[in-house]
Amino acid sequence: MLKLDGCVIENGNFALRADVCIEPGASVAIVGPSGAGKSTLLEAIAGFRDLKQGQILWNGKRISNLHPGKRPLAMLFQDGNLFPHLTAEQNVALGLRPNGHLSEEELSQVQTALARVALRGLGNRKPSELSGGQQSRVALARVLVQRRELLLLDEPFAALGPALKAEMLDLVADLVAETGTTLLMVSHDPQDARRIADQTVLVADEVVLPPAATSQLFDNPPPSLRDYLG
Amino acid sequence: MAGRAQPVSPRPGIGAAALVAALILGTLAAVALRAETAGGFGPADWAALRFTLTQAILSAVFSAGLAVPVARALARRRFRGRRALIALLGAPFILPVIVAILGLLQVFGRAGWISDILGYFGLPPIRIYGLHGVVLAHVFFNLPLATRLILQAWQEIPAERFRLAAQLGCNGIAMFRLIELPMLKRILPGVLAVIFAICLTSFAVALTLGGGPRATTIELAIYQAFTYDFDLGRAALLSALQLTLTAVAALAALRFSRGDGFGAGLDRALRRWDGGAPAIDAFWIIAAATFLLLPLASVVISGFAGLFEMPAIVFRAALTSVIVAAASTAILLMLALPMATAVATGRYGIVELSGILGLAASPLVIGTGLFILIRPLANPTALALPVTALVNAVMALPFALRILVPAARDVVTRNGRLALSLDMGRKTFFIRVLLPRMHPQICFAAGLGAALSMGDLGVIALFADPQIATLPLQIYRLMGAYQMQAAAGGALLLLLLSMSVFWLLDRGGRWHAEA
Repeated sequence: MLKLDGCVIENGNFALRADVCIEPGASVAIVGPSGAGKSTLLEAIAGFRDLKQGQILWNGKRISNLHPGKRPLAMLFQDGNLFPHLTAEQNVALGLRPNGHLSEEELSQVQTALARVALRGLGNRKPSELSGGQQSRVALARVLVQRRELLLLDEPFAALGPALKAEMLDLVADLVAETGTTLLMVSHDPQDARRIADQTVLVADEVVLPPAATSQLFDNPPPSLRDYLG
Repeated sequence: MAGRAQPVSPRPGIGAAALVAALILGTLAAVALRAETAGGFGPADWAALRFTLTQAILSAVFSAGLAVPVARALARRRFRGRRALIALLGAPFILPVIVAILGLLQVFGRAGWISDILGYFGLPPIRIYGLHGVVLAHVFFNLPLATRLILQAWQEIPAERFRLAAQLGCNGIAMFRLIELPMLKRILPGVLAVIFAICLTSFAVALTLGGGPRATTIELAIYQAFTYDFDLGRAALLSALQLTLTAVAALAALRFSRGDGFGAGLDRALRRWDGGAPAIDAFWIIAAATFLLLPLASVVISGFAGLFEMPAIVFRAALTSVIVAAASTAILLMLALPMATAVATGRYGIVELSGILGLAASPLVIGTGLFILIRPLANPTALALPVTALVNAVMALPFALRILVPAARDVVTRNGRLALSLDMGRKTFFIRVLLPRMHPQICFAAGLGAALSMGDLGVIALFADPQIATLPLQIYRLMGAYQMQAAAGGALLLLLLSMSVFWLLDRGGRWHAEA
């Protein structure tokens, strides 16, 4: 279980308050007006932003004092999820061994992950030689080999077209279902949330509200969400 | 707390910065302690100060003043070879001073082309030595720099502004007042200050074209106090004066060169609607190109003959220069890369400051200080070449940092979070991400450092005994011995070496550049 316990996250002149629990294995969308602090929330969980107050717990253990790389999570950013000078295979390998060479067995894990995201045979390509969708798949393959219990998505597919984005979200849904990963994803689009997230967290007025069932929330939106949805 | 999460360690950079600061400030302290033992300023010292300021002001005013019409013409016109010409404007930066001076002498000197032409009309030859010679050489070096800076500012004016002005019906003069004059007011103080600061530390130009009581810069006076009188106290006193001057000028240059831009445009191709006379623009472009190319062409032409008449000592000097340049480049990168990395991780302004110190320090001051420091321990002349390589690296450091810091910052911001989230180690990030991503900039900086070191005629003149010489010093000696043919050959060799070392290193960077 992910628990944000009395967290206050400062970003410039606004302070976001979060006091929520996320069930393990849940898929949670984070929605809210732009500038409300959706990305700020993910950055705090991932360790890129310090807490002013409170703590973050994963399965009862405090993780908010850990270095970003030591937290039990993988994160995909809005952009820059791959090193452009490394091949797809090398990029995926970094998920297993960020500081060294792979063993034979680890190499085959990388190949398996690439095959799982339908990139078999493209391991030697650099990101610039892959399409936008294929680049997203490489990043997802790396997430697979990282085997973290929590996956944070900060709109990594925002630059893709609608059909491709839906395809990626379906792939993400499959992967988290297979591995039992807990998913937190920022979204601008209610469709995305409905597509793969059973629960939704609303971020508005400097507060992170507790998760609610996605369909109920959108069918019967509270005022702050109604303003945003228009 | 956020400081803990950096993908790469700033510590080696802080160490490198401390070394550089220790070298510059340590030599300064050594000089200052010596200076106390010297008497006050004599009339010759005041004359050196006056001349230094006069020539620097004149050089800055002429360079910037002439650069305005040239830059305007280049900004307004599109013609074949324009890009080559603009690229050529960058060449004087890595052009060895001694080569340019030889070329200027062949064109403007007593026996030069212009004097020959004047002779046909029964006019006396022009005299290049003295104030006007020094200013001429400085304009030769800094007119291109000024033109590039001003042209850049001109091109940064968004095309939309010109379109809007044209739509409002502005004609040439109104458009100039509305758009271009504010830009010039903003950029010119910085350009003047930079050139003024550069010319303050002029040594090689003053050494060859100046001299005598009425045309001696402070740098030259330091050298003379050193080599002719071996008066370390006086050299130290002059060094302290020089340091104060350059520090003030460098600060002024940094201050003035900031300023607000015009706001972002949408990068449309610049199209102008205000017309203007093409003939006037053509005149400025041709005049500037001729002024820059003629001396170089002259060196190339005269050098060809000289190449085959060079004594073996010239080739030995060339080999020495290559070795010094290689060592200097290696030192430069070992200092600049960690420093750029530290600056890129933020909040290490002190590291950046230490890199900029090289701009304020003059090579002769560092040289004097090192001489004072080394002398009790070893024979300074025996260390002439390592000292030269080291000083050259420190002098190139500010430029290398200007190239490397933005690139390093870019890599850290773009890839830092990803590396952190993957738990990549700091050393791995440096080797596997930072270095490959910065490859083009590293090669560019290395090329610049190598070419600058190759062409440098500064601290080596202070330290070298007659047995040792780098190629620029050897050329200077040949000129002093009136072996002009051999000097021209050496100059061509030096020109080829400097340009090819820059080209090779910089090219090496682009071959591997990512698409």
